[in-house]
Amino acid sequence: MSALLEVKGLKVQVEDNEILHGLDLVVNEGEVHAIMGPNGSGKSTLSHVIAGKPGYEVTGGEILFKGEDLLEMEPDERAAKGVFLAFQYPVEIPGVATMTFLRTALNAQRKARGESEFSTPDFLKKVKEVSARLSIPQDMLRRGVNVGFSGGEKKRNEVLQMALFEPSLCILDEMDSGLDIDALRIAADGVNALRSQGRSMVVITHYQRLLNYIIPDVVHVMSKGRVVKTGGKDLALELEKSGYAQFEDKAA
Amino acid sequence: MNVALVKSKAEQPSGELFATARSRLPGAGPVADVRQKAFDDFAKRGLPHRRIEEWKYTDLRALLREVAPLAASPDKAALTRAKAAVTALGVEGTLNLVLVDGVFAPELSDAVNEKAVKVQTLREVLDNAANPSRADLLLTSVASDAMISLNAAMATDGVLVFVDDNARLSKPIHIVHVATAPEVSAFTRSLVKIGNGAHVTLVESFVAAEGAKAYQVYDSTVVSIGDEAELQHLRLVEDARDAANITTAVFTLGAKAKLNTFGLTQGASVSRYQGFITFAGEGSELSTNGVNLLGGKRLGDTTFVVDHSVPHCTSREIFRAVLDDQSHSVFQGRIVVRQHAQKTDGKMMTRALLLSDEAEADNKPELEIFADDVVCGHGATAGALDESLLFYLRARGLPEKEAQALLISAFVGEAIESIVDDNLRDWAVATAERWLAARG
Repeated sequence: MSALLEVKGLKVQVEDNEILHGLDLVVNEGEVHAIMGPNGSGKSTLSHVIAGKPGYEVTGGEILFKGEDLLEMEPDERAAKGVFLAFQYPVEIPGVATMTFLRTALNAQRKARGESEFSTPDFLKKVKEVSARLSIPQDMLRRGVNVGFSGGEKKRNEVLQMALFEPSLCILDEMDSGLDIDALRIAADGVNALRSQGRSMVVITHYQRLLNYIIPDVVHVMSKGRVVKTGGKDLALELEKSGYAQFEDKAA
Repeated sequence: MNVALVKSKAEQPSGELFATARSRLPGAGPVADVRQKAFDDFAKRGLPHRRIEEWKYTDLRALLREVAPLAASPDKAALTRAKAAVTALGVEGTLNLVLVDGVFAPELSDAVNEKAVKVQTLREVLDNAANPSRADLLLTSVASDAMISLNAAMATDGVLVFVDDNARLSKPIHIVHVATAPEVSAFTRSLVKIGNGAHVTLVESFVAAEGAKAYQVYDSTVVSIGDEAELQHLRLVEDARDAANITTAVFTLGAKAKLNTFGLTQGASVSRYQGFITFAGEGSELSTNGVNLLGGKRLGDTTFVVDHSVPHCTSREIFRAVLDDQSHSVFQGRIVVRQHAQKTDGKMMTRALLLSDEAEADNKPELEIFADDVVCGHGATAGALDESLLFYLRARGLPEKEAQALLISAFVGEAIESIVDDNLRDWAVATAERWLAARG
């Protein structure tokens, strides 16, 4: 199995404050990895740096995606190559209709890859099919992006985009935050439906709860800017019992 | 020490401008007297400068230096170029009344077949000695300033549109201003009178034909809206990027009347749109909205005075400015509520989007309230594009310029949505999109 994402010795700082101190992570094609860890361990920083969010300075190491240097690419190039970050807090964009946004984004990605743009009927058909599966009502698609959406609706909208854009790497940043059990189940079912041979996922979460719904192949524990332990899905259960304290000592 | 005070050329508007133009200005007798008085007033004041409070941010003395000489009447070649510019406007289905270099051009204008509409030119009315009140056409009652006086002194032509009571027009009336020559001024003055209960859509546009550059447009538009009448008004400034457009608009609303006005400015190096809107009858509604899309070193000034002189009227003002490079936007909005104008409901909101560190937005809201049972409010913001929204869009595959364009469209969209007529709204959207595309 070949590596899709390779993070090697990644050091990242924000305003002279080093957050990642040489992080290593390899995600192979088709695998689902969970990254767990206490608040402030650098989980979200890792997801932001992979997606290309401004404001982070990479001072060491590299990130390869399909063997290419990801850090050299603009955020939109990364998206077109197949990197998708499901935001912990999806933003509201008043005045931009969800449908317009979806079509503009999808066609921008296709154009960047040298593919033909989706025709309107094909696009509508595809959105209709995916949104029905995720219980997203059509009127939601006519509203401004995420405007007035509940927490659950915002997360479902992220999964909808994931299904439309068909990325090869999905990073789910704290997907369970702010969701009740029903909302979580709908979102997780959506994610599970997208699991496939060619698609990898990195599920970032604080709690083990989400991993009852999205069963990972590999679990990593992060603490103080490093991966301090890697194991199978049972590691998550173990953590739920014993907590993160043991790793905090280890990383120090 | 003896220091001689030397007046610069700009501070001393020479009488030459008026003297040389005089023989070409329509109207003798009382009309000529009004012109002389108006020019004397302008000569005394000179071009407005930053020490005049209303012109604090738009110092015409520094920006224009002087008023360019009066444009010649358009010749055949100029009319041909003007025709191409009107066609290029790309709006169809309007009743066009075209003014070229300040002169009505019947050969470019549509014949008026509507029974309920009467159109005359300013020139013919001013020249009609049998009309005892013709000189009144040059008077403005709501405000006094140097530019209003200059327009009254120099107005060469314009259109007078009279709409009968209860009329419903089959198409919008479109006053098109076309400039065809370099470094000259055009002075126009138009009047629109809408009868009681009539519904009218009025479009005004300003464009440059090939060969027009560094010209100046000085326009006045006086609109009266009868009781229970409705006016939808759209104004588009697409003047040449090195032109100046200084316009005064005066609107008066009768009782239970409605005015919905929208202005889009993306042309001209210096533009000032000063609007004076007066509620003269109770129960009327005003919605005035505008978008300035600016770049380079251009300045766009929108100054509105909304006068609630009677009770029970509602006014809403929404303005947006998008500023690139070293451009400068000015919004001055004053809401006046007279002592007996109880139950007034007046609100204005202005927002500026700064796309560059060197752009400048000045927002000056003013409320003058003399009544005690009113609801009034104003808000003003200025800021850059939200970084978190930009990143979200880029993380979904939109290149930087496209992501910005989508957010800018959304920003101006709220104001553009106020245009009721579908065709005209599409036209405004297309104009805004052209500006966005030209950003590269």
